Amino acid sequence: MDLNLTDEQHEVVSAVRAFLTDHCPPDVVRASEPGGFDPDLWRAFCELAGPTIGVSEKLGGGGASLLDLELVCEQVGSFLAPVPFIDGAVAARLLASSGSSGAAGLDLLIAEPSAVGTVALRPAVDGTATLVPSGSVAGVVVAMDADELVVVTGDGDGPAPSNLGSSPVADRAIRVPGRTVLGTGDMARAAHGQAIDEWRTLMSGALVGLGEAALAIGVEYAKNRHQFGAPIGSFQSIARDLADAATLVDGARLLAREAAWAQTDDDEQFAPLASMAFLFATRAARRASNVALHVHGGYGFTLEYDIQLYYRRAEAWPLALGDPRQGAAHLADALFGPIEAP
Amino acid sequence: MDFRLGPKSDAFRAEVRAFLDEHLDEETIERAHQTGTMHSREFHRAIGRQGWLAATWPAEYGGQERDPFEMTALRDELRLAGAPTDGMGLSVIVCQTIRRVATEEQKADFLPRALAGEICMSLGYSEPDSGSDVASIKTTATRDGDEWVINGQKMFTTLAHVADYVFLLARTNHDVPKHKGLTMFLVPLDSPGIEIHPVHTVGGERTNATFYTDVRVSDHFRIGDVDRGWDVMTVALTFERGGFGLSEADRVWEQAVAWAKETRRPDGSRVIDDPFVRERLATMRTNNEVARLLAYRTSFVAATGGLPGVEGSMHKLFYAESMTSDAAELVDMLGAEGVVQRGEDGAPVDGWVEHLFRHAAVTTIYGGTSEMQRSIIAERGLGLPRSGR
Repeated sequence: MDLNLTDEQHEVVSAVRAFLTDHCPPDVVRASEPGGFDPDLWRAFCELAGPTIGVSEKLGGGGASLLDLELVCEQVGSFLAPVPFIDGAVAARLLASSGSSGAAGLDLLIAEPSAVGTVALRPAVDGTATLVPSGSVAGVVVAMDADELVVVTGDGDGPAPSNLGSSPVADRAIRVPGRTVLGTGDMARAAHGQAIDEWRTLMSGALVGLGEAALAIGVEYAKNRHQFGAPIGSFQSIARDLADAATLVDGARLLAREAAWAQTDDDEQFAPLASMAFLFATRAARRASNVALHVHGGYGFTLEYDIQLYYRRAEAWPLALGDPRQGAAHLADALFGPIEAP
Repeated sequence: MDFRLGPKSDAFRAEVRAFLDEHLDEETIERAHQTGTMHSREFHRAIGRQGWLAATWPAEYGGQERDPFEMTALRDELRLAGAPTDGMGLSVIVCQTIRRVATEEQKADFLPRALAGEICMSLGYSEPDSGSDVASIKTTATRDGDEWVINGQKMFTTLAHVADYVFLLARTNHDVPKHKGLTMFLVPLDSPGIEIHPVHTVGGERTNATFYTDVRVSDHFRIGDVDRGWDVMTVALTFERGGFGLSEADRVWEQAVAWAKETRRPDGSRVIDDPFVRERLATMRTNNEVARLLAYRTSFVAATGGLPGVEGSMHKLFYAESMTSDAAELVDMLGAEGVVQRGEDGAPVDGWVEHLFRHAAVTTIYGGTSEMQRSIIAERGLGLPRSGR
């Protein structure tokens, strides 16, 4: 057992953290709203850690593991960075696993590091993938359309609808001229399922970072805000909620990292662990941001304080994949097998 | 990173399984549950003979120098088998403390017998009016020549009726702040003046109230310096937290899943295909995984030379609280039949879910309540100002 990061992983995490500390303070997050994408930040971020770092070196990527990517996502989540790193990383790896049919799409992402790729998490309906993550800014979209896994390139149809998390989600037309079929049938569904599990894992990392940062804001406020002549953090009912949230966030971090590690080292457990990590990170991030907002009292409810940025995203981000309780049902399928037909 | 315990631990796990096949029978497990005494003298001796009470100890004490991950494997397997291990846990805490603070003469007297499983220890900290505020205890020890005279009452002296010694905290000085007037003793339980009364619990476990009237022990039975009992107890508490892996929740989850797969409802459908059942079991599995990881992190910190204080508290808090709420969910999941107890016809999951529900409540209390763990996390982990309690 080794729960330490490697020296190399430490270096990457420090570099990303230093970059985001300089380039992504809360003002930048606010300025990116409501669209949820900062092209200048994204271009600069890609020079440090573009989404193709998770593709093998043989195919022109950086050879990073899913765990390496998860560690980057923790930092992205911690700063609420308005960059489509998760979606781009998952799309690049899905294209890379699709052989020669994915080559064109992958080459596009590698040639232009700040090109945005994404994967529609839910199957398209009548040729349209709805509320695709990063769909308003992606130039490369991979989606399941009935029995086929396809990739389309080109710009979307317009801005994201106004939404809770200020996320760049948008509908994308999938039955367009020039689309490429990456695979069909069970093979396609398996590849798409694998991509979703990787998305679950990386989103878990982002939610862990979000929860950790929200908690830190709440703790800091509780240390400095005085009522009844004492810092409110000395009141047990305040300390108790913060301690519970800290425990959930620590547990979520361990589980997200275990899931990412399993993708390379314990293949059979990867799918259930990815589902568990996503469920638990969702719970932890929501609890932490809710507690941290609440600790602020009335100020937490104002738009002026930064905690609202975390609170809205903790609820919104996981919903890209749908109802979390459906996620629990999906985990049950992985653990117990499908429901038997009556 | 590597989330496996590793080949050494895996090899030891196989060894433990083989040992349990040979030395732990259904009758021992059943007797423990019937009597509520989670200890078997024979099984405790077998563990001692195997050298596993001193598994982590240095060779100079006859120890096996096993690492925290091997200990996790040992505890996991004992837990999964449902072995009665209270005596093991309590004796190890006392022995670890003796090793660190006692004299050479005391070590030579107590440790070989205790580590061989020939004698068993119990803990005497809590009193009727002193639970989490242990330092407020009223039991006294008064010096009389070379002897000490002990008077008072202890509560929750688990295993006192089968153990040989009680590791007893007593007040020896009334003129100093409460933490500074305490001394620790290892009192033989066959001393004249000791009465042991059973206390029965919701979880079916038996514990005791113990009464001490003019109990005389020689100075040989004083562990650590006079008036430094608080420091001695702090050493012991370090070994009461952390170092865990799987819990009863993992064992009962496995049993509940197996039951739900093989049991059919009157309409012919499998229980496991009920969406409410699936969601609950999937959620509990997730919580169990987190509890295991928090436990492993505690072992990892210990294995790499750290003192896992906050990490141990997070594990204790999370496993106890999630086990309590998940056990309630599982009883609900079983519906009207969920209340039927072990041993009755038609008790679902052999009554183990109903038992877990009753047992889980104590895990949020003993070894430091959830409230105490939260205070440790808030103050030491998050750096929040100390609360006014």
